[in-house]
Amino acid sequence: MSTDRQLFDYLLRLADNDLVMAQRLGEWVGHGPVLEEDIALTNVGLDLLGQARLWFAYAGEVEARFAAAGRSEDALAFSRDGGEFRNLLLVEQPNGGYADTMARQFYFDVWHQLLLVKLKHSRDARIAEIAAKAEKEVVYHAERSADWIIRLGDGTAESHARMQTAIDDLWMYTGEMFDPDETETVLAEEGIGCDVRTLAPAWREAVGNVLSEATLTVPGGTWMQRGGKNGIHTEHLGHMLATMQWMQRTYPGAEW
Amino acid sequence: MISIVDLGIVRDVEWQDDEPVITVTPTYCGCPATEVIMADIGRALTEAGFARHRVEIRLAPAWTTDWITAGARARLAEFGIAPPGAGSVATARVIDTSALHRRIVRAPVRCPRCGSAHTRELSRFGSTPCKAQYRCEHCLEPFDYFKPH
Repeated sequence: MSTDRQLFDYLLRLADNDLVMAQRLGEWVGHGPVLEEDIALTNVGLDLLGQARLWFAYAGEVEARFAAAGRSEDALAFSRDGGEFRNLLLVEQPNGGYADTMARQFYFDVWHQLLLVKLKHSRDARIAEIAAKAEKEVVYHAERSADWIIRLGDGTAESHARMQTAIDDLWMYTGEMFDPDETETVLAEEGIGCDVRTLAPAWREAVGNVLSEATLTVPGGTWMQRGGKNGIHTEHLGHMLATMQWMQRTYPGAEW
Repeated sequence: MISIVDLGIVRDVEWQDDEPVITVTPTYCGCPATEVIMADIGRALTEAGFARHRVEIRLAPAWTTDWITAGARARLAEFGIAPPGAGSVATARVIDTSALHRRIVRAPVRCPRCGSAHTRELSRFGSTPCKAQYRCEHCLEPFDYFKPH
């Protein structure tokens, strides 16, 4: 039988993936290669931020069931330290060049869409309705990132080389997406969460199809980096949070 | 003028214990207009004499452009925004990521200015979450397309 604490932890994972990815995309504001891309990056970021808020709001309500009080969306986003973040290592990786940003987005979008399709049928009605709403948005994200993988991969020699390097570099962060821990296993058994292992075949097929169309090679590495969902992060998350959280840390409770 | 009722954002209007309750649904999760719309509804109710009222959010069923009325679609086009094609994103595209690399061919988006079907998508994302940027290859004017959702 799962506990509210486990459900809270699970919701934080969903929220943190969205929030951290949104923050990374926000770093592109004003730096996009063309105006349309600047707008697209921030639109995707905005969708993810909106989804993060829905997950955080629910997480706060669940937290109130076992703690003295449930934290607000802002408190969860801006007042937790790096070790309390539960996002995948993939989404905290730095923006790098455009190929790096799009490779990260593509790996995540395909997984995210598959995950939400499953969570739409969660026995937890709140999870199901948030997932159904979010999935419609993520369909567009996945289409766009796949387009860019193909465009850059099957582009010039230079864009192809950079895209292949980005795809290779981030590969070791993809294993964690399909590697459940106890929290996920318990929630999946109860039909509340998703057994992420079941997402792997469809993800590999979709990624393989797009990379093939993009004339890119699917990386062959089998050693995978992990730790994000248990709070063990790469050195990049702390720097990102320092920027993201400084306002609330400096002026706690400041309101817009 | 297109109202939030025409757009399908207002899902319910009812009385609960002497109190009008307006239920709205967001178009996109992160749409900043949602909070503005809710605040505007509250202000309109207060000005109309309903000091006590509630404005609530409902997520399910998720908003779809299928809920935009025919009249609103016509007015969108008059305003220069190509209205969304029929079929929400969920029903128009079966969730099969193996088809990611083969775009499903969509019906052409017609230019709201000259009516030409000879148009091109510049970017799937536009000035608001719900719109894509297009250009008409006939009259050469750029325009917004309200994405099916």
